[in-house]
Amino acid sequence: MLKKLREDKALQGTLLVSPTLLFMVGLLIIPLILTLVISFGRRDADGGVIYTFSLANYARLIGFSTNCSNGVNFCWDTLYVDIGLRSLVLAFQTTVCVILMAFPLAYFIARAEPKRRNTFLFLVLVPLWTNFVIRVYAWMMLLRTQGVINGLLGWIAGLFNLPFQPLDMLYTPGAVLVGMIYEFLPFMILPIYTSLEKIENSLYEAAADLGANPIFTFLRVTLPLALPGIVAGTILVFIPVMGTFIVSDILGGRQVILVGNLIQNQFLSARDPTFGSAASLILMVLTLIVTYFYTRKFGFGEEIIAV
Amino acid sequence: MNPYRRSPIIIIATVLVYTFLYAPIIVLMLYSFNASRTNVLFEGFITRFGPVKMVDSNVVQSPCGPFHWFCDLSKNREVLNAAKNTLLIAITSTIISVVIGTMAAIGMQRYNFRLKPFSQISLYIPIVIPEIVMGIGILVLFSQLFSLLNSAFGLSGDARLTLGIGTVIVSHIAFSVPFVTLVVQARLQGFEKSYEEAAMDLGANEIVTFWRVTLPMLLPGIVSGALLAFTLSLDDFVITFFTNGPGSTTLPIYIYGLLRRIITPQVNALSTVWILIVLCAVFFLQRLQNRETQ
Repeated sequence: MLKKLREDKALQGTLLVSPTLLFMVGLLIIPLILTLVISFGRRDADGGVIYTFSLANYARLIGFSTNCSNGVNFCWDTLYVDIGLRSLVLAFQTTVCVILMAFPLAYFIARAEPKRRNTFLFLVLVPLWTNFVIRVYAWMMLLRTQGVINGLLGWIAGLFNLPFQPLDMLYTPGAVLVGMIYEFLPFMILPIYTSLEKIENSLYEAAADLGANPIFTFLRVTLPLALPGIVAGTILVFIPVMGTFIVSDILGGRQVILVGNLIQNQFLSARDPTFGSAASLILMVLTLIVTYFYTRKFGFGEEIIAV
Repeated sequence: MNPYRRSPIIIIATVLVYTFLYAPIIVLMLYSFNASRTNVLFEGFITRFGPVKMVDSNVVQSPCGPFHWFCDLSKNREVLNAAKNTLLIAITSTIISVVIGTMAAIGMQRYNFRLKPFSQISLYIPIVIPEIVMGIGILVLFSQLFSLLNSAFGLSGDARLTLGIGTVIVSHIAFSVPFVTLVVQARLQGFEKSYEEAAMDLGANEIVTFWRVTLPMLLPGIVSGALLAFTLSLDDFVITFFTNGPGSTTLPIYIYGLLRRIITPQVNALSTVWILIVLCAVFFLQRLQNRETQ
């Protein structure tokens, strides 16, 4: 037995990998399969699962409803489709805002003196090391009706003797957008920096020598070369925004329901794990499709590893 | 032409973005010294030392002075318990994922076997699927498995299998192992098998070769893998949220719970302590890493 182990290289390799593989299969692959199986089931009276094969949960997700008024047999209820669309729109808005904010900063760091770059990068990473939940809480303090931003605005208005009515900023879609931008901004800065840093200075000089103005240089030199970083950053931002539920939960109150909130709600208060599983699988498929087509169109560089 | 020339627009935008990144954290930390118990407005610092004295809802005097909320925090048993759980989970899951992740990296890089391509692909799953999907999957697995086992063995009361610290640790291992394996694998790719072969030719057996050649060469990769696993576990909210049970609350989960109730400056004090500890750790490790690369 031992002798066989000493000689069989393939067996040794399999044994070395097996504990990790056990975790991957047991806690990733089997749970995903189980989620799929359960999504075809029905809930019982106390939130348990009855295993059947029914597409009712998926029908409900796309809006098919048998619970209609004025006696019709079925009708369309776009509640869940709306939640899905809202999440997609928010993920898109967040990504665009984050790119617009990350780009100048990444450019600034990439063009800084080499020995200073690490310090500037370190400063980008510090907020990332404060906990995710703590960062949401910080925005809650800023956005409250009697919070810091309104306090500051009131003080400025006071200086000019202007009347000031505190703004209701917390529990609005805008608050959720700001929170999402704040949570994921560093994930865009790092990959964009990685691609901008590779651009040699001589390239800018050549563009200038050939008579390109700064705007033309940006559009024809900087932007194309930064594209791999933007693509990697988009994946790092888009996927988590689609699935996050804390930001909308805390900063959106009950006003902004996203896919993440819908799923969380099915497992905690609504107690319908079968419907929650179906929603979770749809979320996974949606993000995989978007990522797949996006990476196929723009390619996929080593920038994603930078984070 | 100065190679480091940047237009004023870039500089202004940079200052604005850095302000955006830091203003919330600074406000958060400042409010942990707030005299106001309701923590809505900043009512100034607590300046007097002595037994706790309140005027309206403001603390005007405390044995700890301006650090009143930090002292308050150190007496909060729930916080201490959550901190203990957080550390226990992070340390246990890091140790296990580093050991099995390193084994897997060596296996993948130095051996050939039938399951190799499948194993490699499975490592990328947690990176490409939203965290909530993984959390839900694990929750479904444990709840179905436990209800099956509980009814099969007729377990009841305290003997029932429930979500708890064990399920959290196991789940944390599942999401950190891929990162450890990939980092160590990248390190292994960096050097040739010939070092190990040379050691074997010189008469060292596999065990001596592993301890004296492979492991020392791998160490930087193992250390970065361990750090990654530790921070991922410490910071995790989503997976812990779905896999924890009574008695296994971690700090992020505890803070999240507080945000839905009344918030006193104690939450800010807790956040400040957390941020300072993490920053000190990162700073120390950066210096360690810099020294190693020199």
